[in-house]
Amino acid sequence: MSGPILEIDGIHAGYGETEILHDINIHVDPNEIVAVIGPNGAGKSTAIKSVLGLLNIRSGAIRLNGEEITNTPPDQVVTRGISYVPQTQNVFVNLSVQENLEMGAWTRPDGMAERLEEMYALFPDLRAKSRQAAGSLSGGQRQMVAMAKALMVDAKVLLLDEPTAGLSPKYRGEIFQTIRNIKNSGVPILIVEQNAKQALGTADRGYVLVDGANRHTGTGEELLADRDIARMFLGGRE
Amino acid sequence: MWMDFGFEFVNFYLVPGLVLGCIYALGAVGITLTFGILRFANFAHGELMMTGTYLAWTFGAVVLATTGVVLHPLITAIPAMAGAVVLALLIDRYFYKPFRDAPTIMVVIASFGMMLIVRSAVQVIWGPNQIAFVRGIDKPNAAVREFTQSIDMMLLIPNKHFWIIGGTIVIVLLLHYLLEHTRIGKAMRAVSDSPDLARVTGINVEVVVRATWIVGGMSAVMAGVFLAMDTQTLETTMGFRMLLPMFAAAILGGIGRPFGAVFGGLVIGLAEELVAYPWIGTEPLISPGYKTGVAFAIMVVMLIVRPSGIFKGRTF
Ligand SMILES: Nc1ncnc2c1ncn2[C@@H]1O[C@H](COP(=O)(O)OP(=O)(O)O)[C@@H](O)[C@H]1O
Ligand SMILES: [Mg+2]
Repeated sequence: MSGPILEIDGIHAGYGETEILHDINIHVDPNEIVAVIGPNGAGKSTAIKSVLGLLNIRSGAIRLNGEEITNTPPDQVVTRGISYVPQTQNVFVNLSVQENLEMGAWTRPDGMAERLEEMYALFPDLRAKSRQAAGSLSGGQRQMVAMAKALMVDAKVLLLDEPTAGLSPKYRGEIFQTIRNIKNSGVPILIVEQNAKQALGTADRGYVLVDGANRHTGTGEELLADRDIARMFLGGRE
Repeated sequence: MWMDFGFEFVNFYLVPGLVLGCIYALGAVGITLTFGILRFANFAHGELMMTGTYLAWTFGAVVLATTGVVLHPLITAIPAMAGAVVLALLIDRYFYKPFRDAPTIMVVIASFGMMLIVRSAVQVIWGPNQIAFVRGIDKPNAAVREFTQSIDMMLLIPNKHFWIIGGTIVIVLLLHYLLEHTRIGKAMRAVSDSPDLARVTGINVEVVVRATWIVGGMSAVMAGVFLAMDTQTLETTMGFRMLLPMFAAAILGGIGRPFGAVFGGLVIGLAEELVAYPWIGTEPLISPGYKTGVAFAIMVVMLIVRPSGIFKGRTF
């Protein structure tokens, strides 16, 4: 019936003069978790940022529900329903947990109380810390704040950039569980991960980016089974 | 005891120090907000303060000439704040906004140019000479004097000083409410924390920037009007002379920390007055002529030993 929610269609983009993404194609269908993996510097974060309008797209298109949003400024991209959790510095450290969530709802301020309640239900650890400065929390808790903040609006799709980087296995498991819960609540997710095995295990589909270009595409299982990919990412790692 | 020590110390050093501190505090709030949210040192902030104070005086003079009514300076401050905010928004729109994505130093230099432009414009319009802001001698409040005298602790505090200290307390409470309890105030803190994250959170940063000029402009005018009430005069150089202590206060409290700036302003105002007290012997510890050096010394020491300020603000 309907096409993809989010479509990155053959984009060429970069920060300044140099082109970093060369003809990148990624799409996210309804009710899907899509993982993007690849070595450091492959352009995974850059690909996500291009959706947000944070860099100059020279050719190709970004579409949300079929509508073109190429090079739309970030605040309007968020207003249209794309929620984004950056890889680093993804919480306001001097604001309390609750204030972070309130800022997350900037583009949709109505129904704040119910939204907060939903988020504390989804991330129970945060309730007791709601008045604490986000900067005083542990890495895992900060990541939860960042995700809750992004979910304060009615997201049509959630973009997560390495949500488990630097976290302990316990938190990593919790985050992946939360990601499945979010998907089950009806929000499709595009997730960039270093932690390829767990990401592909959770994802419905995945993309492998290398040097700013698409290298492999397939279902999570297909990619996990691929010898080439196993050698590249899954080798020495847990 | 009171007559030996307290009388002179409290009436001639402590209270004037507090009054000066309040003025610096309100001025420094605008500096630190602009620094935190727009990320540049606004050299024209003192001129905004000065222009607003001239507007207040002009409004009062026009009302007096047309109706014969003498308005309290705090009343004249209201239209002056509106005027100064419009000026600040126009300057931002046409002079600073084009530099939004340029290196910080460019907009700092632009603000330096703006400082010279605004001061020259004010000199052209109102003339370069001193103007009497409030006439007559503001005698110490009689009720306070009589009561404190009856308990042997005579305080000689003119009404203007009650207005300045009380007014500052009210403004700081309003500022606290704005920043901690309103949506726009929290967004101002969020942008100050991380403009990039604010943008991808969907916060309209330009709206926050305008709010910053409104708050900074209003507090600057209040600082200027309080200063003119205190000295009872107006000069086109008043903003420039305030610039160093205001920056020192903002740095002392931590850049981007409005309540740090209030604290820093009070410390610097008190320090400037208290160093002239004869702490040792009968001569002033430091000649009042070096008063302005105190703010400079505090700023330099802070930048060396703790550049993030007492309340851990931003370092550049
Ligand atoms: N802000 C930036 N400005 C210029 N180049 C950048 C910027 N961020 C990343 N790059 C460059 O873009 C390339 C891809 O980086 P990135 O997308 O962060 O990779 P990944 O997320 O896959 O590790 C790298 O060569 C990196 O040096
Ligand atoms: Mg990355």
